[in-house]
Amino acid sequence: MKINPEYKELAWQGLWKNNPGLVQLLGLCPLLAVTSTVVNALGLGIATMFVLICSNATVSAIRHWVPKEIRIPIFVLIIAAFVTCVQLLMNAYTYGLYQSLGIFLPLIVTNCAIIGRAEAYASKNPIKQASFDGLMMGLGFLAVLVILGAIREILGQGTLFDGANLLLGAWATDLKIQVYQLDSQFLLAILPPGAFIAMGFLIAGKNAIDHKIAQAKPKKLEQAIERVRVNFES
Amino acid sequence: MSTLLPAISKNAKILALFAIVCTLSVGLVHVLTKERISMQAQQQLIKQLNEIIPKSSHDNEMFRDCIAAPIDNNTDLLVDVIYRARLNGVSTAAAIKAIAPNGYSGNIELLIAINVDGSISGVRALEHKETPGLGDKIELRKSSWIEKFSGKGVLDDNDTRWGVMKDGGMFDQFTGATITPRAVVKTVKKTIDYFKANQAVIFSNTSNCENK
Repeated sequence: MKINPEYKELAWQGLWKNNPGLVQLLGLCPLLAVTSTVVNALGLGIATMFVLICSNATVSAIRHWVPKEIRIPIFVLIIAAFVTCVQLLMNAYTYGLYQSLGIFLPLIVTNCAIIGRAEAYASKNPIKQASFDGLMMGLGFLAVLVILGAIREILGQGTLFDGANLLLGAWATDLKIQVYQLDSQFLLAILPPGAFIAMGFLIAGKNAIDHKIAQAKPKKLEQAIERVRVNFES
Repeated sequence: MSTLLPAISKNAKILALFAIVCTLSVGLVHVLTKERISMQAQQQLIKQLNEIIPKSSHDNEMFRDCIAAPIDNNTDLLVDVIYRARLNGVSTAAAIKAIAPNGYSGNIELLIAINVDGSISGVRALEHKETPGLGDKIELRKSSWIEKFSGKGVLDDNDTRWGVMKDGGMFDQFTGATITPRAVVKTVKKTIDYFKANQAVIFSNTSNCENK
């Protein structure tokens, strides 16, 4: 099976090269706020990915009918509508998780990664590619959330997958892994400053790997990629 | 001017159209999930009530047998709803939703079940914003601290046991967090006092929360 190079490039961009969490540094607010455990990170990551795929697909589908001048308010409307729907659905079907993610769900609206992708990619490309881009960007964001959540949960509580039953139902209670026993929790890892520090190490790690790859490979001309910087990060 | 107006009205129409479509879809999801959401909240409440008031001491549907807390001018306690437990028609316990206003970061909402003899049947923290890792040990899933209340009662007006150990009382404080348990202990004691003072009214008033 031959993989379309366009999709390959999209996956590479979303998952590594232009990762919304590590490179674009978009959506830091939810990224840092909810990653105190793997389960919270997974919950918000999946919700964000879902919204990103839906909004990318919709924005792409209507791209011929939206005048350039009013595209931003329309994108915001679409994203806000999807987020509200996700919030209602989570409240109805994953009540426990909804309670622990609480105020961070509506913040997906202000996640610049979403409007950034709508503007930079989805509004110029066909539905298929736009949805795939949403999936890959969402996965990239999800991966960063989960890694950060795992680091903070292990350091802070000494567990993994604590509270998985909130997301997956009662059977998942057994998924909890006690990595080691802590007499008292390592607070720095649980509180927001710990998130910033762990995030810094993650970005440094990614840059180090990129650096190694660049050194190992002979120099090749790189194509300039379009990247959106949005400055109203909440 | 002549070219501007049509452009404005065209864009306005498109924008309005999108607003209507988006609102419609949100409204639709809301209608579809409304019942399930209120059912979930109710299930949660029933589960919590059954946790703190054992099946052996009630046979009624407690979440349907509740009243707005009667006003008592002798206390500054913030009480909300009271659920009543009865066994074969005899009152056995009441679960009082009370708010501890002096947590480390804001209000702590507690559900406090008290037996008719004035002893605690069980306490749960419903909502709080205490520091994760320190003050959140009042949650049952983090620590069993909150279960220490069960079976305890207030002896007399100056019962000094009702405090954290640091203040000479009988309840542990948490390392690094004294304010949170202090607030909870104080509110639980006040709730017992409130319950004792208003016990007759609490059990005799007709249920009036049916459609809340």
